[in-house]
Amino acid sequence: MQLYHMTAHRLQQMLAKGEISAEELCRSVFQRIDEVEEKIRAYITLDRENALQQAKAVDKARRAGEQLPPLAGIPVAVKDNICTKGLRTTCASKILYNYVPPYDATVMELLHDAQMVLLGKTNMDEFAMGSSCENSGFYPTCNPWDTDRVPGGSSGGSAAAVAAGEAVLALGSDTGGSIRLPAAYCGVVGMKPTYGAVSRYGLVAYASSLDQIGPFARDVTDCALMLNVICGHDPRDSTSVPYDKPDYRTFLTGEIKGMKIGVPREYMGEGIDSAVREIINKAVRVFTDLGAEVEETSLPHSDYALPAYYLIAPAEASSNLARYDGVRYGYRADKSEDVVDMFKKTRSEGFGPEVKRRIMLGTYALSAGYYDAYYNKALKVRTLIKRDFDRALEKYDLLLAPTAPGTAFKRGEKVDDPLQMYMVDICTLAVNLAGIPAISVPAGNVSGLPVGMQLMGKPFGEGEILRAAYAFEQCSGICCQLPD
Amino acid sequence: MAQYEAVIGLEVHVELKTGTKIFCPSSTEFGAAPNHHVCPVCLGLPGVLPVINRKVVEYAIKAALALNCRIAPYSKFDRKNYYYPDLPKNYQISQYDLPIAANGYLEIEVNGRAKRIGITRVHMEEDAGKLVHQGSISTTPYSLVDYNRTGVPLIEIVSEPDMRTPEEAAAYLEKLKAIIQYTGVSDCKMQEGSLRCDANVSVRPAGQTGLGTKTEIKNMNSFKALQRALQYEIERQIDLLEQGEQVVQETRTWDEDRGVTLSLRSKEEAHDYRYFPEPDLVPMVISEEWVNEIRSTLPELPDRRKQRFVRDYGLPAYDAAVLTSTRELADYFERCVELYNHPKTVSNWVMGDLSRMMNATGTEIGDVCIRPEQLAGMLQLLDKGTISGKIAKTVFEEMFRTGKDPEAIVKEKGLVQISDQAVIEKVVEEVIANNTKSVEDYLSGKERALGFLVGQVMKATKGKANPGLVNKLLREKLGK
Repeated sequence: MQLYHMTAHRLQQMLAKGEISAEELCRSVFQRIDEVEEKIRAYITLDRENALQQAKAVDKARRAGEQLPPLAGIPVAVKDNICTKGLRTTCASKILYNYVPPYDATVMELLHDAQMVLLGKTNMDEFAMGSSCENSGFYPTCNPWDTDRVPGGSSGGSAAAVAAGEAVLALGSDTGGSIRLPAAYCGVVGMKPTYGAVSRYGLVAYASSLDQIGPFARDVTDCALMLNVICGHDPRDSTSVPYDKPDYRTFLTGEIKGMKIGVPREYMGEGIDSAVREIINKAVRVFTDLGAEVEETSLPHSDYALPAYYLIAPAEASSNLARYDGVRYGYRADKSEDVVDMFKKTRSEGFGPEVKRRIMLGTYALSAGYYDAYYNKALKVRTLIKRDFDRALEKYDLLLAPTAPGTAFKRGEKVDDPLQMYMVDICTLAVNLAGIPAISVPAGNVSGLPVGMQLMGKPFGEGEILRAAYAFEQCSGICCQLPD
Repeated sequence: MAQYEAVIGLEVHVELKTGTKIFCPSSTEFGAAPNHHVCPVCLGLPGVLPVINRKVVEYAIKAALALNCRIAPYSKFDRKNYYYPDLPKNYQISQYDLPIAANGYLEIEVNGRAKRIGITRVHMEEDAGKLVHQGSISTTPYSLVDYNRTGVPLIEIVSEPDMRTPEEAAAYLEKLKAIIQYTGVSDCKMQEGSLRCDANVSVRPAGQTGLGTKTEIKNMNSFKALQRALQYEIERQIDLLEQGEQVVQETRTWDEDRGVTLSLRSKEEAHDYRYFPEPDLVPMVISEEWVNEIRSTLPELPDRRKQRFVRDYGLPAYDAAVLTSTRELADYFERCVELYNHPKTVSNWVMGDLSRMMNATGTEIGDVCIRPEQLAGMLQLLDKGTISGKIAKTVFEEMFRTGKDPEAIVKEKGLVQISDQAVIEKVVEEVIANNTKSVEDYLSGKERALGFLVGQVMKATKGKANPGLVNKLLREKLGK
């Protein structure tokens, strides 16, 4: 097996034993990038020189006998909406095509502290708005399992990079499923932590009350290692929660006897491919065999998650994206008559169609006379959805559902029908509205395409989710199946 | 012609004097080089998040308590959305439906009549930056933006529409300024923009209880401008009604040079700010303990202090009001009285010569270089007869200019009063000898001539002769 296809925890051991160097590993990954990137297009910006330098620095430190953090020297890709000091951060938008942040996001500081090696910035749907990576202002990313298909979105570049061997680990962001959906489509592990578990400082905001940074990994152990790095309270993010961060590896015991798992019937009915349903049912049997108690349950307000999401997220986005006006940074339209004309031209030319659609939706929802009917109503629905989860999670340790209603679709298949595109997220949106953590792990294949299983847990219950996901992974042996 | 009554409410913005900005650690210092006090957060760069400065909340609560407001136990921030190049995020973080404080009041006095003006609410928000144009905004080829002020903490204080005349409005603003200054949370300098005021004004036939259509007046940059703008606007609205026309609800701007208000935007053109809760900040829960703790740090406020000055120092109400108009002036006065226990004499000097020279030189009380010890010292020299009242004025001016001790000035300039009878007698004799005409006039009953003779003696002694003694000796010598 090539180095670029290995898990971080295996590479970590090889590095520790001196079997390989971080530089070798880094070169291996870049070699892989050189081979496949043309077909996959997972990255917007590669940072080869700095990556190699970082890798060499790790090797030097190791040779000097320094005590290194667990993921030192592991190559990582980062979604291009996470600010990297001195390295272009575009959000896959023309409007930020030349933007170089003067500061590092908190998660970047944490990755640097962990001495991980930053490979580059990954492609995404523009400003994280989309489910297929086709809304990138640069180019679409392709699914490594079938390059005619989408990798899912919005963190499609990060998912594809990990699946294709172009990165060992990656960071994405999840506002309505943007980590879990591409993880499912690309056959990797992806986790959206509890809202407030990972600092959002330096994550370019799409919908502030829903956005959360999380990891992509090749297996559950790697996912736990990455959570160990990025979780924790940050005083620069007022919505970040002070809590006792556990060592997430301690949950990887394989032992889940007596665990109570609910399967909400709303996530297994109409609109879900029967092949996907079958795979989830198989997964249920695996959990039963492992000694978990699995039963059907209900989240009665599930149908309202999508409409509520498409009011709240665009409303926040309409305000969050107001700052891109050409005055201070990024793209500025030429030949404007006055400042208002400059605003209009800059934004008309700088934003893509989906971003404009959501800005308009959100502006409308917040307008005088419509606020109560739309935005305020959506907030109330959000409360009901949250209550559904609170109730269900009183009874069950975890909830189990498909991550997506189907497998990766063909590029171009849904671009002309926004509603069809939005439906792809019906299994993931509610988790963001409720603020709870959820993981997507590979659960099988349909016609050679990966299917993801979603496990949802209590706030700050990432550990229990990892416990179940790890037991499933060990028992089913489905992990680490990567395309050539 | 029907009698009309104006209805006025004020919205006042006050910059809080915290060292750092409301949501980031950048400095709030005024007058730095453009874009010197900025960081990613106040520049609204992609990805940044606000964190509330605890001091801002403390200061807002302190100001609100001084204005007799109720502090909200639960309060939140909202986003006010509008596009302007001086606003880096194109939204302002403000407070909409759950402000930090509400339901307060303050007392004003106009023409000897006291009146209570209600305060609807006090809320916190961030200031915007400043645009710099080449000449006029409408003809400038480009504009520059200075973001130093962006994120400087503000409180907005909204009054009830309780004022009926421009004088009441000015009195309200004066009192508000005094109270806020007393609390120490703001400098309230209108010329530096740390105190800004907009007015809502309407008119109605006297006796009517319903409100007329209001206009909002902006760009009034001094107390004088406030009064002039309101006077103009009230007359404009009355004229419209008299001519059978209607007042249009709109925002108007005060043109200081032309002395008129001009339409800025109509109601239809008014912004829809699309307020919604700021998702990057968590709601604030303010404990009663904290409020009480802040309340215990409130100083004695102007009204109470004025009453005490009348009661304890026996000052006229007018003196007490002037002396307590700023905390610094009142502190200065009290320190002087501690050292020289004749309150009315001190008051006369502070309100007279000191105020006159401060006005003439544009000096603030905080920058006056006469220390209370020095003023008290001078008054003691006067009492001892070391200097005359006339010389005291000269000494005072010198003290104001140089900050030197009165004793030193007296010694340096040889200003000690001559009370030696023999010395004065000699001069008196000379003056009598050299001014026979005036002596004759005096002796023939023209009392005024004595004044001339006194003046001649003073002139000969360079003003140092004890005036009482000169008078007495002249009368004796002239045998009358």
